[in-house]
Amino acid sequence: MSGEGGGSRKGEGEGKGVTMRVEVDVPKCVASGQCVMIAPDVFDQNEEDGIVVLLDEQPAPELHADVRESAVVCPAAAIRVVEK
Amino acid sequence: MVGGSAAGLAAAETLRREGYEGALTLIGDEPYHPYDRPPLSKQILGGQWEPDRVPLRTPADLDALGLELRLGVAATGLDLAGRTVALADGVRVPYDGLVIATGVRPRRLPGDGGERAHVLRTLDDALALRDRLGPGRRLAVVGAGFLGAEAAAVARGLGAEVTLLEPAPVPLAPAVGERIGRMLAGAHHDHGVDLRTGVAVAEVADGGVRLTDGTLVEADEVLVAIGSVPNTGWLEGSGLTLGDGLECDEYSAAAPGVYGAGDVARWHNPLFGTAMRIEHRTNATEQGMAVARNLLRPDERRPFAPVPYFWSDQYDVRIQAHGYLRGHDEVAVVEGDLEARKFLAVYRSGDRVAGVLAVGMPPKAVRTWRQAVATRAAWRDAVGELLPEGA
Repeated sequence: MSGEGGGSRKGEGEGKGVTMRVEVDVPKCVASGQCVMIAPDVFDQNEEDGIVVLLDEQPAPELHADVRESAVVCPAAAIRVVEK
Repeated sequence: MVGGSAAGLAAAETLRREGYEGALTLIGDEPYHPYDRPPLSKQILGGQWEPDRVPLRTPADLDALGLELRLGVAATGLDLAGRTVALADGVRVPYDGLVIATGVRPRRLPGDGGERAHVLRTLDDALALRDRLGPGRRLAVVGAGFLGAEAAAVARGLGAEVTLLEPAPVPLAPAVGERIGRMLAGAHHDHGVDLRTGVAVAEVADGGVRLTDGTLVEADEVLVAIGSVPNTGWLEGSGLTLGDGLECDEYSAAAPGVYGAGDVARWHNPLFGTAMRIEHRTNATEQGMAVARNLLRPDERRPFAPVPYFWSDQYDVRIQAHGYLRGHDEVAVVEGDLEARKFLAVYRSGDRVAGVLAVGMPPKAVRTWRQAVATRAAWRDAVGELLPEGA
C-alpha cells in the first residue's frame, strides 16, 4: 500500500495505471459477508457455509476503492491487496 | 494514535490511504506489532495456529505506512491544551489530531494473582493458558459470556475437564435472548461441559474457585472471563468526559481534534438513536476508519452510524449477528429450527428491526435481514407477515 492516489472516497477514478491483485486466506475467513456487501463484483459467499469466494482476482480500477475497503473491514483479516 | 491494535491501525492506514502525508505515531503498550484478537480464544488457544498467524499486517506493509511505532510503552497522561501525550518512558508526543483507541482490560476477581489464574485478552495470555491445558486438566471458567464460552469449547476440544460458572440463570441472555442462550447452554452440555448457572463466585482460591456460599469448585486452572473495563485511567483529569469508556458524540469525537475508536469509545450511534460501546472486532476497524476520515476532513465530517457485527464459534456452532441486540424487546425465530441449531432469529427494539442472529443459514438470507436492520425497517412490515400468529 503505497498511498498513491490520495483520497479514496468511492467512485473516483483514482488508481489508473495501477494493477491490483487480491488474495484471500480462506482458512481465516469467518463468513461475515462484509466484503460481499462492500464489493459484490469481487467477492461472493459459498452457499453452504458462507466462506468467501473470490470472483475477480484482478479487479478493474473503478473497483479498487471498494476492494481496499473490504480488505480493511474484513473481521478476520483474510483479504490482502497487492498493488503495483 | 494511542492504542496499537485494530482501531489504531485502521485509523493510521486510512489516514495514509486518503492522502495524509504528515507524521504519524502509533503508541501501544504491548510489545507486538498490531495483531488480531478474535483468534486468541479460538485457533491460538486451540493450538491450530501459532502466533505467526495473528499479526494484522506484514512488517513490509507496516513499513510502507511510514509510522513512528512506539510499542511496549503505555500512555500515562494527556494534556489537551498543550496537545501532548505523555508516555510511561517519560517521552511526550505532540499531536495535531489524536485518536484514542486504548481498548479494554479484563475485569478481575479477588485472589486471581496466582499461577493458576488466567485472563484472556492478549497473545501472551492465550499462550500461557494454552500451555496449561490438555487431556485431564481441570479448567474452571468464570463467566459464560462469549469469551468464556468460546474458551470452554476450545478447552473441551483439547481434552480438558471444564466447569463453566455463570451468575445469570441463562448464559448470554442479555446479549442474544433467553431462548438462544439456552440453545448455547445445550451445546455446552452436549459436549460435556459442567455448566453451572446462577452461581456467585467469590474468589480464585487455593485449589480452584470459591463460591460465595463457601463451596470450592476444584480446578487446576481458572480462567476469569467476567467482562472488561475500558482503559481510560490515563485520561483521568485530562478534561475529557469519562463514564463507561471515553464519551464521544455521533462523530466519535471526544473533544475538538480528539476522537475515540474501538472498545474504549462510547459514542452516540444515530442509526439506533442510542449511545453504545461495542467490544467487537469489526467495530474497532470501522470506527478507526471513520475517525480518520473525520480528522482529515473536518468540514465534511460524517456521523459514525454502523450496523454492528460479531461472530462467535462454539464447537460446530458459528453465530453471526448484525445489529444492536442489547436491550431488545422481542426475539423471533423466522427461519430454520433452534433445536437443530440451524436458524435465523430477528430482534425487535421498539417498533423496528434491531438485529439478526443466524447459525448455519445461507448467507443471502442473513444479508437480506442485515439490510432490514441497516434501513431500520418497521418490525410489522418485515416480520409481521412471516409470523401471523405472533409465534
